[in-house]
Amino acid sequence: MSSAFPLMASTGAAAASSTDKAATHNPAMTTSGANTLRMKVTKLNFYYGKNHALHNVSMDVATNKVTAMIGPSGCGKSTLLRTLNRMHETLRHTRLEGEIALDGVNILTLDVTKLRRMVGMVFQKPNPFPKSIYENVAYGLRINGHKGRLDDAVEKSLRRAALWEEVKDKLHKSAYALSGGQQQRLCIARALAVDPEVLLLDEPCSALDPVNTAKIEELLFELKPTCTLVIVTHNMQQAARVSDSTAFMLNGDLIEFSPTGHMFTTPSDPRTEAYITGRFG
Amino acid sequence: MNLRLAWRKSLNVVMLSLTGLCALLTVSALFFILGYLVWNGGKDLSWSFFTHLPAPVGETGGGMANAIVGTLKLLFLAALFGVPVGLLGGVYLAEFGGRTVPFLVRYTADLMNGVPSIVMGIFAYALLVVPLHHFSTLAGGMALGVMVIPTVLRNTESFLRDVPRSLREGSFALGANKWRMIATVVLPAASRGILTGVLLALARVAGETAPLLFTAFGNRYWSPGWMQPTSSLPVVIYTYATGPYEDWHQQAWAAGLVLLGLVLLTNILVRAFLTRGTAYERT
Amino acid sequence: MERHFERSLEELKERMLWMGSLAERAVHQAVHSVLDADEKLAGTVLREENAINELQIEIDDRVVQLLALQQLMAADLRFVLAIARINNDLERIGDQAVNIAHSATRIVRHPRVKPYVDLPRMGELAEKMMRDSLDSLVRRDIELARSVLARDDQVDQLRDQIFRELLSYMMGDSSVVFPAFELILVAKNLERIADHATNIAEDVIYMVAGSDVRHSAVDRNTA
Repeated sequence: MSSAFPLMASTGAAAASSTDKAATHNPAMTTSGANTLRMKVTKLNFYYGKNHALHNVSMDVATNKVTAMIGPSGCGKSTLLRTLNRMHETLRHTRLEGEIALDGVNILTLDVTKLRRMVGMVFQKPNPFPKSIYENVAYGLRINGHKGRLDDAVEKSLRRAALWEEVKDKLHKSAYALSGGQQQRLCIARALAVDPEVLLLDEPCSALDPVNTAKIEELLFELKPTCTLVIVTHNMQQAARVSDSTAFMLNGDLIEFSPTGHMFTTPSDPRTEAYITGRFG
Repeated sequence: MNLRLAWRKSLNVVMLSLTGLCALLTVSALFFILGYLVWNGGKDLSWSFFTHLPAPVGETGGGMANAIVGTLKLLFLAALFGVPVGLLGGVYLAEFGGRTVPFLVRYTADLMNGVPSIVMGIFAYALLVVPLHHFSTLAGGMALGVMVIPTVLRNTESFLRDVPRSLREGSFALGANKWRMIATVVLPAASRGILTGVLLALARVAGETAPLLFTAFGNRYWSPGWMQPTSSLPVVIYTYATGPYEDWHQQAWAAGLVLLGLVLLTNILVRAFLTRGTAYERT
Repeated sequence: MERHFERSLEELKERMLWMGSLAERAVHQAVHSVLDADEKLAGTVLREENAINELQIEIDDRVVQLLALQQLMAADLRFVLAIARINNDLERIGDQAVNIAHSATRIVRHPRVKPYVDLPRMGELAEKMMRDSLDSLVRRDIELARSVLARDDQVDQLRDQIFRELLSYMMGDSSVVFPAFELILVAKNLERIADHATNIAEDVIYMVAGSDVRHSAVDRNTA
């Protein structure tokens, strides 16, 4: 009997494990257990001077998953991202009400430099320091008092950012000798050097060409198991490709927040649908 | 119509030639001075000029060694007093905010730049010469130092502001506090420009004569330490050029050439090596 | 550069092939339940129908997810679209097998009408066409797919033959009408199964070569 069905014999085993994978294709948002939620934003209101930029936003960031934020320009997604590591405090006249928790602890009560070590950030345009590649990666380690061999930590970071092979022979060259895509991966390595729990990415690929964008998207998949990622992107296809959950924002409101597969096939809110189908505006 | 066109064309030619002529005049002024100095002072430049003390009054020969050393000592003091103040002041203006205080600081600095150098001299005289009852290198250095401050301050501020915001954000995002960020990222990034400004400011005050007249005063011999009056190139030029001896006049030309050479060399080196692009990438 | 969604595409193929093997088994068992008058075997086919239907839903869901979330292009796009269509054909094959099994449970109550000669031949042909069309999917083999298309006529002829034969039996002896009629239904279902296998082969040709060979004679296309 088994010889008549060669396909069954070979795919049987694979199929058995595939059925489990099938179930995970539509991950349910579980909020049970504190360790599945790395960060939690509760009723956040944000003001630039008199401008009420974020209205009562609440959002969960799941551990070791990619959470994406999409929306038209000016919707507040970058603003929201920057509150997660209190970068808004580098600007004047900003005010924040509400709670943002990292592993259950309100980040507004933490020492800000300590917070930023745990929640790193990569910016839209690559911004390596005018130092060598090595010094760029070592920067975070130096200012935070790293114990242990710096060389090893630098190499580890560069490997995590999939850049080691390309730069291992020119670590002491200026960071500006690298191409745009490499510079952005260097910035990722620099952020990873201090081993953050969360990595925030503010439109990390918008200054890059498609090939480099693809490299960085694959990098995000590799980083996911060891790091929680939050990415803001104006390219919703990118959010569809890489994220596990997506938040859609509009004019400072969080309109919808759901698993990516659900949001892009059957969004709950008509405004989300309008945006995703390109009928917005 | 043709007349109008002809008029426009000729006006064009006239104006262009005029502007060219004026540019030429400006440049030739410098070359004229340089040429005159080289012609007149070049003859007297010799090894002894740089290494010997002045000969006793009336005798020919001798050199300017003490004046050269004196100028260098004065510049050293000027840098010591003026650069840190100007630098940190510039850091304050560029990095820390507010509206009224920075505005006042800037305004004052600009005013200071306009204060006649001789007034600076009187100021230093009143503060450092009178209480101590004698002229000194220190007083001269201080007078020059105060003159260096406004230039260094505004220059530092300008180059610090030029450093892109993205570099600061990058540093903050890694957990640096404000001072760390300034010291490890912003200052190194602007270092070339700041250094340029400092060297140019020093080169400028190297030639100031008036403030030195009643602070460092002058000295025919070596000036040990910092509390004695000292000779300096500008003052020596003044003294010798207005003196009765022909030999002195010659030496004055030579000293003028040395001083100008010092200033020009600094300018050229600084512009050739330091201002070649910036360390960071402009956004 | 290996992309992450390639894994999803692989999984989709695996699930499809699993469904194919379930459908193959269902057809084989259904045909033998008729030929061997095996009621238990027929019962097995009926019970296992659910698995095939659930797989259809699962595969459709995967297809939607892939199309929505990944901007699939060229070969990847054709692949997923082909899978979506084959999905439906396999589910229909499953339904046909169930129909055959139902016929088997009814035939069993009557004595055999005649020795089965054409029916087993037809069953073998339909099974082989199914297997070959799925193989051509795995191996991306256009020639194999074309050979499936070529055999459809044979199956149609066998069906006509069986119809004529059984009709004459029914006209001669009215007591065999019930079982003979069921046998005609079985032949019809087998012919439909072969048609679906043909559809699968056409989808494979579209997937591999990008040319749509539906509704036209095989030789017309030079892909």
